[in-house]
Amino acid sequence: MASSFLSKLSFWPRWFWRQLTSMRNALLLLLLLAIAAVPGSVYPQRSADPNGVAVFYDNEPELAAVLDSLQLFDVYTSVWFSAIYILLFVSLAGCVLPRTKIHYVALLAKPVQTPANLKRMPEYVTGTGNETVLDKALAVLKKRGFRVQKQEGSVSAEKGYAKETGNLLFHYALVGVLIAVGAGGGLSFSGQRVLVEGDTFVNNLASYDSFSPGALFDESQLEPFSLTLDEFDVVYDLANRANIGQPIDFIASITADLGDEIVTDEIRVNQPLAATGANVFLTGNGFAPVITVFDGEGNITFAGPVVFLPQDNNMTSLGVIKAPDAIPEQLGIIAFFYPTAEKLVSGAYTSIYPDPISPLLTMNVYTGDLGLDSGVPRNVYALDTTNMELIAGRNGKAPAIELEVGQSAELPGNMGSVRFDGLLRFASLDIAYNPGGIWVLVFALLALGSMSVSLMVPRRRVWVKVLEGGKIEYAALSRRDDPDLPNVLQDIVTEIEKES
Amino acid sequence: MTQVVLNESLSQFSLLFVSSAMAFLALALVLFSFQLVKLSTAGDEVVAGKADRLSTSERAGFVMLWVATLVLGAGVVMRGIAAGRVPWANMYEFSISGAFLILLIYLTALKIRDLRFIATFISGFALVIIFAAVSLFYVEVQTVMPALQSYWLVIHVVVAIMATGFFSVAAGLHIFYLLKASGKAKALFDRFPTLVQMERVAYRFNVVGFVLWSFTLIAGAIWAERAWHRYWGWDTKEVWTFIIWVLYAGYLHAMATRGWTGKRAAWLGLVAFLSVIFNFTIVNLFFKGLHVYSGL
Ligand code: HEM
Repeated sequence: MASSFLSKLSFWPRWFWRQLTSMRNALLLLLLLAIAAVPGSVYPQRSADPNGVAVFYDNEPELAAVLDSLQLFDVYTSVWFSAIYILLFVSLAGCVLPRTKIHYVALLAKPVQTPANLKRMPEYVTGTGNETVLDKALAVLKKRGFRVQKQEGSVSAEKGYAKETGNLLFHYALVGVLIAVGAGGGLSFSGQRVLVEGDTFVNNLASYDSFSPGALFDESQLEPFSLTLDEFDVVYDLANRANIGQPIDFIASITADLGDEIVTDEIRVNQPLAATGANVFLTGNGFAPVITVFDGEGNITFAGPVVFLPQDNNMTSLGVIKAPDAIPEQLGIIAFFYPTAEKLVSGAYTSIYPDPISPLLTMNVYTGDLGLDSGVPRNVYALDTTNMELIAGRNGKAPAIELEVGQSAELPGNMGSVRFDGLLRFASLDIAYNPGGIWVLVFALLALGSMSVSLMVPRRRVWVKVLEGGKIEYAALSRRDDPDLPNVLQDIVTEIEKES
Repeated sequence: MTQVVLNESLSQFSLLFVSSAMAFLALALVLFSFQLVKLSTAGDEVVAGKADRLSTSERAGFVMLWVATLVLGAGVVMRGIAAGRVPWANMYEFSISGAFLILLIYLTALKIRDLRFIATFISGFALVIIFAAVSLFYVEVQTVMPALQSYWLVIHVVVAIMATGFFSVAAGLHIFYLLKASGKAKALFDRFPTLVQMERVAYRFNVVGFVLWSFTLIAGAIWAERAWHRYWGWDTKEVWTFIIWVLYAGYLHAMATRGWTGKRAAWLGLVAFLSVIFNFTIVNLFFKGLHVYSGL
């Protein structure tokens, strides 16, 4: 028969649904989620530590490939992790929606019918009195915030609906968090820019050194603003011998043109600039020596600040200069910068303090083919010396070039000269925006608040019943663990009897 | 950020106080253990009607525990003054502040509920923490790196430590619950509160801990947004904070699920607490991530 066929057909989905929305399975899914999150802390994750993944591949390529096929480098966006939390949230909806309806009905309804046998309630005491006790009970319980109803020979009272309201709100707020995280991630963007003192950043795609947009990002989201790095300062700990040289503050002094106003401000590590449609964070810093390179014919082939990447705590820094237009041959320079240089016995230099007290620039100079014409994008921080010849530097024809600020030096073989004009600092800035963030916060706080209410508010029922012969029964029941219940009932009884 | 002048001699005094707190804790532990032995061998007549009275050894134990707490508290405060900031910016400091808060929470809770029976656990646990702090995690007072100079550090970390304090008391209750439920040493465990009472008190402590932990998680995300430009990035420490949160949410669910209360819930609470310990020790020391502040 059709109907039995249909009921058979709907058996499995219904069975599945009932399983999914049972408390026991919600619990198992929660535990599964906790376990599934663990590998993400064991293996490097592409989102948080792409370099770690690359290193893993270098060290153990075969294992890495296996792990990668299991998405263990992308745990939190993996199919299996997503499956667990999606199931969990489907289960949550299936659990919370019907409960909302039941709770709504309960909110409108009167307190329950007084049970026939109050002796079976967890808290039960008796007293004496007559029908007038019921009116006293009504008043006393009402004053205590109970919802009350006078019934045939008894009073039924209930309190603490906020427990269930809070619990439901909490679970809805979790859904809110999930949606805000997802939507916000899609609309967000973040980008990086290295800015030397005196330089200006203009907020358009071309100005970013790197840029990673969310899936729903649109270029028109970039609000027009610009920002000039006026000065960069590092404050070192000078007061404590053990910490000498430890930075205690980084300060980027900036002037920002926000469209309607021009502001001067400071960006620090925990203190981003709130620009229009983006926050600007300080993520790194270093030195940018200003260098001029002349070629063999005396033309300037390179001039300006060069961003040097810090290599250690005392800011020994590495920089690269490429002069493709130099005549007679292209020039490439790998340079080291030591803010406070000290010569080691080996003849090499090291920096012994991160602030520029006796700054020194050393250069290894190459001539030949920079390899820039081959069309392959080249890293500006690396020099490919395969087709080049070392003309000055360790193991070269001439020794490495050493310059203090203001000095210049000739390159061997009439290849030109170099000059160390001055010293600037640079700041690495992150420009990031996530419109979902504020909503995540709102829902998270809502979850926190409603959960606290749900966990702290007790849900109690109290009954007062007049029996034949002047005996009064008082009973109380609580929805969950409620150690105060006996005292509460006793107080209520005392109060009612006092009024009588 | 103004220059802070570290006071190294005061920090030495602080270390002296923290170390001597260990001696008092050890004494308290011995006295409480003695009490347990006495209880498990005593006949019924000793205990009947006297359950609420403190025996001499127990009273002496609590005096020692109070002394240990005050001495440790003095050490923690001095450390903060010596460093010119709150005393919880590296593992040594988390540990001593944490041990102090655990003791304080326990001693305060004693005024409300009779939790004497886990006194051995609390004094032993605090002793282990301080011992680890002094022998493994000790670092001289330092100024903190710029990323840690934030009032979110103060809020986020102090609430995390408080949550841990509540979780610790609950963990002690879980352990004694499971011991009692195993049916061994009946003579001793018969003197303790009933299983239902233990379970309820453990639940209360875990509830408070869970609310505080949820706050820690949110405050951490706000701080991460300030310091690292994203509120959440699955950094190892964030992963473990999340795991712990989910495990305790699981515990709360278990307590509301038929067939999952009792021993299962107690085990789950213990597993969650072990993740708290794991997060604090192994993750801090050996896992790679942005949260490098063990100071080691
Ligand atoms: C994202 C997944 C979930 C999380 C993180 C979560 C978390 C929590 C937390 C923390 C509590 C205690 C706080 C409170 O009572 O407000 C709670 C209670 C509760 N949850 Fe969930 N939950 C989830 C999913 C579910 C699902 C799928 C169900 C239905 C099967 C469910 C049913 C309940 C019930 C009935 C309570 C009340 C327990 C009591 O009376 O103490 N939850 N949940």
